[in-house]
Amino acid sequence: MTPLLLASTRATIPDLITFVVCAAVVLTGALGVVMSRNSVHAALSLVLTLFGVAVLFIEQDAQFLAAVQVIVYAGAIVVLFLFVIMFLGVDREENVAAEPLKGQRPLALVLVVIAATGIIFLAATSHWVTGAHAVAGSTTAGGHSNTYLLGRSVFTTYLWAFEITAGLLVIAVVGAVVLARRPSQVHEEPRDARPAAPGAGGPGDAAVASPPVAAAVAAGTGASGSTTDDGERRPVPAGVTGRAEDGMDERVTGS
Amino acid sequence: MSIGPAWYLGLAAVLFAIGAIGVLVRRNVLVMFMCIELMLNAANLTFVTFSRVLGDIGGQSLVFFVLVVAAAEVVVGLGIVVAIFRRRKSTTADDLHVLKG
Repeated sequence: MTPLLLASTRATIPDLITFVVCAAVVLTGALGVVMSRNSVHAALSLVLTLFGVAVLFIEQDAQFLAAVQVIVYAGAIVVLFLFVIMFLGVDREENVAAEPLKGQRPLALVLVVIAATGIIFLAATSHWVTGAHAVAGSTTAGGHSNTYLLGRSVFTTYLWAFEITAGLLVIAVVGAVVLARRPSQVHEEPRDARPAAPGAGGPGDAAVASPPVAAAVAAGTGASGSTTDDGERRPVPAGVTGRAEDGMDERVTGS
Repeated sequence: MSIGPAWYLGLAAVLFAIGAIGVLVRRNVLVMFMCIELMLNAANLTFVTFSRVLGDIGGQSLVFFVLVVAAAEVVVGLGIVVAIFRRRKSTTADDLHVLKG
């Protein structure tokens, strides 16, 4: 262990109790996320973990980040998760035991244990401190509050990164809208619902004046449409005649 | 003051490991997203711990940016999940093994 990691300031009993309780809460929530069968329970366990981490932030004098953690993570992101779960209707129990890839889970456990052991070993044995001065300023400079110092750091030292995040958020919003809207119905519904519309809908007077011609045009377009895609269309003769007559009646009563 | 940073780093490592196990083991895409959030929180805890130990506010600024990126990632990811669910009626990652619509 490096002297840095062992150089603990004098910890009082309340600090110790706070850390132990929060660590238990964090780990319980994390295990709940991984092991719960229901997605809603997983999301609620995630809230538990986020609250535990927020208390640990306060314990380490990062009050602003603790508030943001609760507001943004527990208030917005988890609500978004729950909204999507309810929206898709997948809030039911799933079969966790199913394992389509044989031997994947033991292998995953072994790999993660090796990786975690490596991380802890590196953190315990390496000497990461370079001795360089802080670029962004001290955490206790001038007796200012944590929010003041963090805001000054974000808006001066990291101003460029802050502007980039603004662009990132705009791109994310536009991307989410593009991804989540229904693209098929906008273009395909006019063709499916009214196959006779381009043939007889344009010249409305001609359709009223000469019904046989309009019916023939409608029958022609309907028949050709049913040969190209036969998804949800009725059989050709009955469907075409019925469709053409329906359209005729609508046009006559409408005009 | 608080207790030593080694405990915080150990807790963050365990939290990260649990999140990694979840991403590797679970098959529900939504739960995999939540496990990614766990891993991001473990990284945030490490940042805040080192910010306190080294006396540098830059670690906390970085946590701020991680929060923003996590929010954007969740929005786009859930949009993709909704778009996939429209076609496949499923949020299981194993059902998406064919790269066609």
